[in-house]
Amino acid sequence: MKRVQYIVAIGVISSFSLLLPAAANPFHRKLSKDKKIQHALDRLSFGARPGDVEAVKKMGLEKWVERQLHPQRIAENPLLQEKLKPLETLALSSQKLVQDYPLRPPNPENAKQTQSPDLRSLLTPMQVRTLRQGSPAERLALIQSIEDEKREKLLAALPGQLRQMVMLTAPVETRRQMMKARQPVAVIASDLMEAKLYRALLSERQLEEVLVDFWFNHFNVYMNKGADRYLVTSYERDAIRPHVLGKFSDMLLATARHPAMLFYLDNWQSMDPRAIENLQRMRRRRGPGMGPLPPLPRQARGLNENFGRELLELHTLGVDGGYTQQDVVEVARCFTGWTIQNPRQGGGFQFAARLHDRGEKTVLGHKIPAGGGEQDGLKVIEILSTHPSTARYISTRLAQRFVADQPPATLIDRMAATFTKTGGHLRAVMRAMLTSREFFSEGAYRSKMKSPLELVTSAVRAVDAKVEAALVLASRIEQLGQPLYRKEEPTGYPNLSEEWMNTAGLLARMNFATVLASGQLPGVQPDLAALRLDQPGVEKQLAAGLYLGSPEFQRK
Amino acid sequence: MRTRRIFLRESALAVAGIGAAPLWLTRAAGAATSRNKILVAIFQRGAADALNMLVPFRENRYYQLRPTLAVPAPGKPEGALDLDGSFGLHPSLQPFHELFQRSQLAIVTACGSPDPTRSHFDAQDYMESGTPGVKSTRGGWLNRALNDDPKASPIRAVAMGPRLPRALRGASSAVAVGNLRDFNLRSQEASGMLESMYSRSEDQELAGAGKDTFDAIKLIESINRRRYTPANAAAYPRGRLGPSLEQIARLIKADAGLQVAFADTGGWDHHVNEANILPNMLREFSQSIAAFAADLGDRMEDIVLVTMSEFGRAAHENGNRGTDHGHGGVMFALGGAVKGGKIHGRWPGLEKEQLFEGRDLAVTTDFRQVLGELISGHLGHSGLSDVFPGFAFTPGGLGMLA
Repeated sequence: MKRVQYIVAIGVISSFSLLLPAAANPFHRKLSKDKKIQHALDRLSFGARPGDVEAVKKMGLEKWVERQLHPQRIAENPLLQEKLKPLETLALSSQKLVQDYPLRPPNPENAKQTQSPDLRSLLTPMQVRTLRQGSPAERLALIQSIEDEKREKLLAALPGQLRQMVMLTAPVETRRQMMKARQPVAVIASDLMEAKLYRALLSERQLEEVLVDFWFNHFNVYMNKGADRYLVTSYERDAIRPHVLGKFSDMLLATARHPAMLFYLDNWQSMDPRAIENLQRMRRRRGPGMGPLPPLPRQARGLNENFGRELLELHTLGVDGGYTQQDVVEVARCFTGWTIQNPRQGGGFQFAARLHDRGEKTVLGHKIPAGGGEQDGLKVIEILSTHPSTARYISTRLAQRFVADQPPATLIDRMAATFTKTGGHLRAVMRAMLTSREFFSEGAYRSKMKSPLELVTSAVRAVDAKVEAALVLASRIEQLGQPLYRKEEPTGYPNLSEEWMNTAGLLARMNFATVLASGQLPGVQPDLAALRLDQPGVEKQLAAGLYLGSPEFQRK
Repeated sequence: MRTRRIFLRESALAVAGIGAAPLWLTRAAGAATSRNKILVAIFQRGAADALNMLVPFRENRYYQLRPTLAVPAPGKPEGALDLDGSFGLHPSLQPFHELFQRSQLAIVTACGSPDPTRSHFDAQDYMESGTPGVKSTRGGWLNRALNDDPKASPIRAVAMGPRLPRALRGASSAVAVGNLRDFNLRSQEASGMLESMYSRSEDQELAGAGKDTFDAIKLIESINRRRYTPANAAAYPRGRLGPSLEQIARLIKADAGLQVAFADTGGWDHHVNEANILPNMLREFSQSIAAFAADLGDRMEDIVLVTMSEFGRAAHENGNRGTDHGHGGVMFALGGAVKGGKIHGRWPGLEKEQLFEGRDLAVTTDFRQVLGELISGHLGHSGLSDVFPGFAFTPGGLGMLA
């Protein structure tokens, strides 16, 4: 790990100068073999672990990249499976989540905000003292030592701050038990965040995880918006993950039909304004005794443009992709009736013909004849996924994430051509990018700032830390400005470096680096020997903190 | 220019003897020209609904376009707060109504960007770059509004929050501060070495950000040594904007060389159920700003605060008791020599042919005209063509300042 020593040396000794060679097009300048490997690991994984560079070298870089493009051929890390196993919400349907993880616990006694008196009735005075003043480890040991039934009561009775502290670092079963006792629904978000982090840290299928992060962010939904608390688990698992190396149109359709998106961008309530009158007429005609009509969504009275606009601007064509306000309205009309069956019960997609606008529509110059019903929306998906603007926009977004903030036009051209030629096959588009000379060029190399997620995961991987409390990392990532699954705006988090380049972020990064290296992050134990920092005269923890907090480590 | 005495007289909140911040600061990099002019910009992200903030209660069209969302005329239950017999404020903007009646708050009607985009992202970007329709502009107008000053304070330009907004990016140093109290390096041991690493890095962007960070740490550390209690019993609401403004007030009173500050408030994108969400947000918004004005008392003479949002919302309500993306918006300004108690700008009307593209409130005042008058008149910036390249600014066109 020469680079590590070199960087630390700058901090400790310093004084050097560097002359940059007069540059031709930096995207034409090739990388050395070692740099290529470093670059691939920086961009296609959540950071290199000790030994990764050597492993890629041994396998051969090209083969390694190709394997990453076929994640199913890579044996998964058994440790990851072990970590994911207790996170049982990951595999449940939205409906089951609503049933099993309600907003409030079914047994209200456990939920009561009872304070110290209850603690004393459950514990000896000595134990109460340990709980209040003991180290995190002592506290946990105490909680573990108590028999199951009593422990449940105790966990529910812990006062706020203490509870929070115990919970963040508690073993996963204890943590889930505590949450279930107070606010079962919170388990869903924490399972998702833990799973995301364990996958980023431990999965051997690194590119797939990077892509799940990229595409979720591209089709962003906000977990704290109402029913989406119950819908995001399935959204990521069923609408995003299966398609990240598949066909773009499949992912586009899967997201457009998914209740999480329908709810987030309000389409489930969008309807033909005339539908209300029709329904009232139907009601009158039905007369008494003919059974009730299905209820309308509470707010529904007419068209909502929210989804139609973001579908064009953010998901497919891009803001300059050549659509008008009228196109937004026409697309919204096509998607009327794409709704959710019982959104509060975790219901699935439903096409409600009675809410659909049956008239003729014109989208981007294409006539969509009257009476198409559910087909109208499908037709729009088809128009959009085969539109040249989409090929360019998707290629640009990918290249901004993987290559450079301002990717060269020649590369975008080739990627877009591949997109079009293969009918939007994302593996082919990725391969075109990852085998390009622009990707392995000086112009791309270390040109991007790591996002908070990337910074935290790459630091943890660099020091080969043993993580027992991924939620501690999630809260650090939130402090750095990127709360997981909680970006409120449909734009998602920016792919561009400048968004993360500022004083508040930098300070928080340096603080994270020193805390992680010093081993003070609860539930995250670094192995500093793995870093192989042999800087004479500098203490190991300090040297590791400097390395992880250095300007170089902020880049990828 | 209004004198301090007049401002004092007009400000019912001003209390004799309070307001003069202690001139304790000595280490502010030679910058602290105490009592310099300050501009505070507030961004409502998500496209705030201008027509329900500044209510045109004389217009029948308004009530036709918004059958379930319109704010009733003054005098009716939940009615608007009358300003001039034609326009009123949403009842949840009560603190603004008081400031308006004391001639401190100015309102600009039907203002916004000449660019027609209804994309949040593009419109925010344009409003922050100061160049509608031009994406290639580097940095933002608030950064360009800073005067060249090599000895400027490290905290002359501050954004509250974990990121630096586009408006404050650019050639001059600007810092993002999540929270003043936490703005320090935990490890004393590493601090000096990290500072040295960043200062010697050949990575220019990170070296620059590093320098800004370490300079700001030192200054903020000295500010943190004093306790802060808002003056005049100012009560900042919880949430995001209130604490942001409280911290800006704290920086101002520290006389540490602050010149421009930026804070934002999100969640104004009401596509559904607007009537149940907007009132609380407006209450927090106006209470935060009123608390800031109260806290600063007579010091407001040196400060101008201005608000903006990327565009307004469609004149007609949508099918879900919400509003979709529109065009013309509203801006609020107070402090300094701002001519308060007045609605500036021209009302374009709500008839079909008066609406922008037949559906949205039109823009009759370019947001750059509003900001330009504040930047030139209040901050004393002479090169407006640099701040807003390509914009034909009319000096004193609106008459925002006395």
